[in-house]
Amino acid sequence: MKHPTRRSALALAAVAALALTGCGSSDPLGGGDTASGSPAGTGGTGGTARADTLVIGSQQYYSNEIIAELYAQALEAEGYTVQREYQIGQREVYLPEVESGAIDVMPEYSGNLLQYYDAEATATSPEDIHAALAQALPEGLRPLEPAEATDQDSYNVTRQFAEKHSLTSLADLRNVDEPLKVAANSEFETRPYGPEGLKKAYGVDVTVVPVEDSGGPLTVKALVDGDVQLADIYSADPSIESEDLVTLEDPENLILPQNVTPIVSDAVDEEAAAVIDEVNAKLTAEELIGLNRQSVEEQASSADIAEEWLAGQGLA
Amino acid sequence: MNWVLDNLPLIADRTWAHLATSLPAILAALLVSVPLGWLAHRYRALNGPVLTGAGLMYAIPSLPLFIVLPVLIGTGVRDAVNVMVALTLYGVALLVRSVADGLDGVPPEARSAAVALGYPPLRRFLTVDLPLAGPVILSGLRVVAVSTVSLCTVGAVLGIPSLGLLFTDGFQRGIMAEILTGILLTAVLALVLDRLLVALGRLAMPWTRKAAGVDA
Amino acid sequence: MNQLWEAVLWCLDPGRWTGPSGIAARSLEHLGYTLLAVLIAAAVAVPIGWWVGHTGKGRGAAVAVSGAARALPTLGVLTLAGLLLGIGLVAPMTAFVILAIPSILAAAYAGFEAVDRRVIDAARAQGYTGAQVLWWIEVPLGLPVLVGGLRSAALQVVATATLAAYVGAGGLGRYLFLGLKTQDYAMMLGSSLLVVTLALVLDGVFALAGRAAVPRGVTVARRGVTA
Repeated sequence: MKHPTRRSALALAAVAALALTGCGSSDPLGGGDTASGSPAGTGGTGGTARADTLVIGSQQYYSNEIIAELYAQALEAEGYTVQREYQIGQREVYLPEVESGAIDVMPEYSGNLLQYYDAEATATSPEDIHAALAQALPEGLRPLEPAEATDQDSYNVTRQFAEKHSLTSLADLRNVDEPLKVAANSEFETRPYGPEGLKKAYGVDVTVVPVEDSGGPLTVKALVDGDVQLADIYSADPSIESEDLVTLEDPENLILPQNVTPIVSDAVDEEAAAVIDEVNAKLTAEELIGLNRQSVEEQASSADIAEEWLAGQGLA
Repeated sequence: MNWVLDNLPLIADRTWAHLATSLPAILAALLVSVPLGWLAHRYRALNGPVLTGAGLMYAIPSLPLFIVLPVLIGTGVRDAVNVMVALTLYGVALLVRSVADGLDGVPPEARSAAVALGYPPLRRFLTVDLPLAGPVILSGLRVVAVSTVSLCTVGAVLGIPSLGLLFTDGFQRGIMAEILTGILLTAVLALVLDRLLVALGRLAMPWTRKAAGVDA
Repeated sequence: MNQLWEAVLWCLDPGRWTGPSGIAARSLEHLGYTLLAVLIAAAVAVPIGWWVGHTGKGRGAAVAVSGAARALPTLGVLTLAGLLLGIGLVAPMTAFVILAIPSILAAAYAGFEAVDRRVIDAARAQGYTGAQVLWWIEVPLGLPVLVGGLRSAALQVVATATLAAYVGAGGLGRYLFLGLKTQDYAMMLGSSLLVVTLALVLDGVFALAGRAAVPRGVTVARRGVTA
């Protein structure tokens, strides 16, 4: 290896060049999937709204993706062009993009979204929340009609635990004489309905065990295994029924209703809004649980679930 | 395995996004590491700071780096550029040392011979030092390629498309097949890339073909 | 840079250091996870690595296994193990051990391979048995390289151990995820700074250990072990 030839050096350079060009061509294509400043979002200044592509986002939550896909397919059936930007983290990640106009339609949950914009909000009924939300949203965004379906945080216990301590409501937790642990996403710790809110409204002390699956299988497993006594599970989660869990009632309205509410930009005109409204009008609590069940139990993709449901409802 | 068959387009999308994020990062890491490694090799005073700094960079947890970078470089949180830059930094952290070590290992006679033949410095570096340091750099690059492909998945926690989204989605829905698919594909991508680098190395450095050292 | 300063202030607030979920307790947890993972990984990888290095057998397999282990994405292993095993320490520990094994395994056999063959030949000529060569020559002479491998394994795990909080365990990742989910940049950055500090301390400890591991009278060539 004493005499490196010029040929080998050339070969090395050629390889580098090859890699460079190979990568150069892969970049723009890959960018299409991830583009955050996509031209579609900035097209809102033009007058021809119908010609624009509507960008539909979804949270990093399978149920939210299904709802987004319902809107997407319903809009496509009406001749709209739709661009899907799914699985965009949590509110803190996607809301800035919604506000900047890069996303036109985002399925949201009324109560939590209101608290995001107004931590002091006092509304508790779905109607009041909707009215307050319309006020609280930044310029250029508006909420469409909420669906009957809600998907809200809820405190759940196992049937066995509920019977042992005769629990039906959060207030009954005061009579439980063992330390209480709640499995929940970590942000639960700071939410108004988290440990502090529970203490204030019901005088109950709990500690949080963070499990970052948004009330998914690991949270449920922790509850069923007895690692925790309570679990924060979204009310539209099919596992509440399939694992025979008891959702504790919340007479003090600690947890705000979370009606499925699409947040849309000005790029969504009245016609497009009407299409989404029509979908939302049929989305009852039972229907949403059913959609989620297909995703979790049958492991169907959001596209297949949405297609079947829309067809069944006569919407596409 | 039904899940896999039903979701082939999704899997292809994720794989593509994964490659589109990790390949540029690997290449950028190489391009940045060569001059940095040369500095560390050429100027003894820089050796300690550059190598220690690079080593420490590797200790920065990836998740916060993915979040902090957009604040520092002014991109959107979900922009794939963040992950690319972060992965490049990790790659540089690993590779600078290999480059410096490789250049340190170039026999002084070879360098003197080139000087005696009147090679100007840049030409000498490109045609003598770099090829001779090649095998060591290549073995570093292979480690970088594998770890970059694997690390790329962490961006999924923020919603940046990659095979990692199969983990977060499968985790929420309790679909083991989805997570397993993600793990296997990530590993396969990494290993294919590794083999590819070995093959490219043999092509670019034919003199190492017989030497067993390359397979380190 | 303002955010960085706020993160420093976050770390320095004495009120955050005490209590069962204070910074001190979380840092200790974090350190504990790291050391436990490295210890378990070493218990698995060192004997295998030494055997490979001593006999020269199975080197290809060892390279392949550590290559494959390195390619396994930690987040994937963690979520899969979490679903299988439930919350707690077992799932993250599995992922961290897998993460730590390649560096340690490679360092264990590379340390032996770095021993000058002439030294071993000389020992054999003096009648050393295989076991004597192993324990009196290869192990002590290979030790500095092994410590280097343990060092990179520990650094990798300490940075990755933040993921333990993803599946219900503790450590500094608790702050990281809470900060991430509530957009508390000071908390997120602050906890990252703590992780980096922990890594610095570990790195220092291993650097000292590495120096102490060099047998007297031996000068080890400055030859880095690639992580």
